Amino acid sequence: MFYERPRFLAGGDKAFFIEFGNAITPELSRRVRRLLLAVQNVRVPGVIETVPTYRSLLIHYDPLEISPTELRDRLETLEQNAEDSELPRPTVTEVPTVYGNEYGPDLEFVAKHNGLSPEEVVRIHTGTAYLIYMLGFIPGFAYLGGMSSRIATPRLGTPRSRIPGGSVGIAGNQTGIYPAESPGGWQLIGRTPIELFHPHKEPPALLQTGNHVIFVRITPQEFTRIKEEVQQGTYRMKETPVARKGESGNI
Amino acid sequence: MEIFEVIQPGPLTTVQDLGRYGYQQYGVPVSGAMDNYALRVANLLVGNNEGEAGLEITLLGPQLRLLEDTVVAITGADLSPMLNNNPLPMWAAVMVGCGATISFHWPKKGCRSYLAVAGGIDIPKVMGSSSTYVKSHIGGVEGRPLRAGDCLKSGKARPGILERKLAPQYVPEYRDQSEVRVILGPQDDYFTEKGIRDFLHSEYTISTEADRVGYRLQGPRIEHKGGADIISDGIPLGAVQVPGDGLPIVLMADRQTTGGYAKIATVITVDVPKLAQAKPGDKVRFLQTTEEKAHQALRECEQTIYALEHCIQQNH
Repeated sequence: MFYERPRFLAGGDKAFFIEFGNAITPELSRRVRRLLLAVQNVRVPGVIETVPTYRSLLIHYDPLEISPTELRDRLETLEQNAEDSELPRPTVTEVPTVYGNEYGPDLEFVAKHNGLSPEEVVRIHTGTAYLIYMLGFIPGFAYLGGMSSRIATPRLGTPRSRIPGGSVGIAGNQTGIYPAESPGGWQLIGRTPIELFHPHKEPPALLQTGNHVIFVRITPQEFTRIKEEVQQGTYRMKETPVARKGESGNI
Repeated sequence: MEIFEVIQPGPLTTVQDLGRYGYQQYGVPVSGAMDNYALRVANLLVGNNEGEAGLEITLLGPQLRLLEDTVVAITGADLSPMLNNNPLPMWAAVMVGCGATISFHWPKKGCRSYLAVAGGIDIPKVMGSSSTYVKSHIGGVEGRPLRAGDCLKSGKARPGILERKLAPQYVPEYRDQSEVRVILGPQDDYFTEKGIRDFLHSEYTISTEADRVGYRLQGPRIEHKGGADIISDGIPLGAVQVPGDGLPIVLMADRQTTGGYAKIATVITVDVPKLAQAKPGDKVRFLQTTEEKAHQALRECEQTIYALEHCIQQNH
């Protein structure tokens, strides 16, 4: 899963990738995060921006401020020292979701495709805490890992031209939430009233790489109430630290 | 201070600065001027810091009415700018009076023109930048292109800005056949030797699917060793991704922050403006270069900008 040594890959003259392996696993993701946090803590001169993804970290830098050789040396040292560093304790964010009907028009299809009842799909979907591997695709969109293969369903043959913001969907082995209205081909099983992206908040994205998400079933009435609270700015997100090994809880 | 009223917006006129950095980790694209050399020079000519917000004008220009006396500079593509009924000199700081009209007649050379105004366009910043990202309605004027009836404000101009012209050796020439230099990677090992040879030794045509997100090219198909899919990773400016059909896509200012197609190479920073000024139908060739040579070219470009900034300040 891990390369023997991290690979430095060229990303033009102002960026490079540090790639740790070629798989999607929580261990690789933690390795990426360790280096990300080390780079952020040390404030390496010349580093403009860092983009963590499944198995690599993209570093944007200014070659007029630091030479690529020097930067690579510094990153290698940081990487070696970070190998055993402790990551901040991740949190689990609850995403209240109404399943089925107009909120999740494809729930029936996902159930039929997998030989399950819609109830069982919901139970499986709400029964796991998903790791946030990275953000991308559109602002605030989280790539979540850990969905049960029992509810995996291929994308729609013809994508929808408009999917409402907050839609919760399944595409192959992945589940995700559309932060804003967008076209898309995911099978929609539900919708959340919470806001995943707000350009005027700091940070603008609700979900952060390395944390977890759990879907919690709500009723359409609760959906309306939470939506109003979100609009008024009075809704409090439910976030709890992940239990450590040996403590109760099953993440 | 209100400085322009938009009479006609043109098909795609947006407010852009040098981009939004630090938010790609949240999935927010960088955006910013496609041709950042042209915007930086326009700003310097009117006495601004190089990174102030200006207008990016695409192919067909807007019509703007001046609401105050000010100084403007238009750089980048030659879209036949006019001040009232007279040609407006490009790559120059020009005094314009209240009530005058700036318009654009037809595109002559290049694709994107930049208009800077003394004091810069004053617009609230979103995530540290004034750049417009239309797809997610972020930045600029309500996150959208300009519309008729919009009024734009300018910031405080530096006093004593003079009319002046950029020395001709600093004005780039836009051709409909350009050569851009690339550094191979990050996934050049996903392609066969033939694939890489075809990429580096063929002429590609910019298709009609070419916008601020990226340019889809037509030409010889680039052969992958196996599949085109990778585990999604980050995307630098100018990355050339090659999906399963073998036709390359160069990713530009509004590119997604992550993607799942193998990237054969990345266009070097100083050559991105050449692509920014290329239009559908124009031809492009990719030449391989090294990191060292790319950095040398970058240093030379930055020295030019530094020299411009310095000589403009001395004129005051």
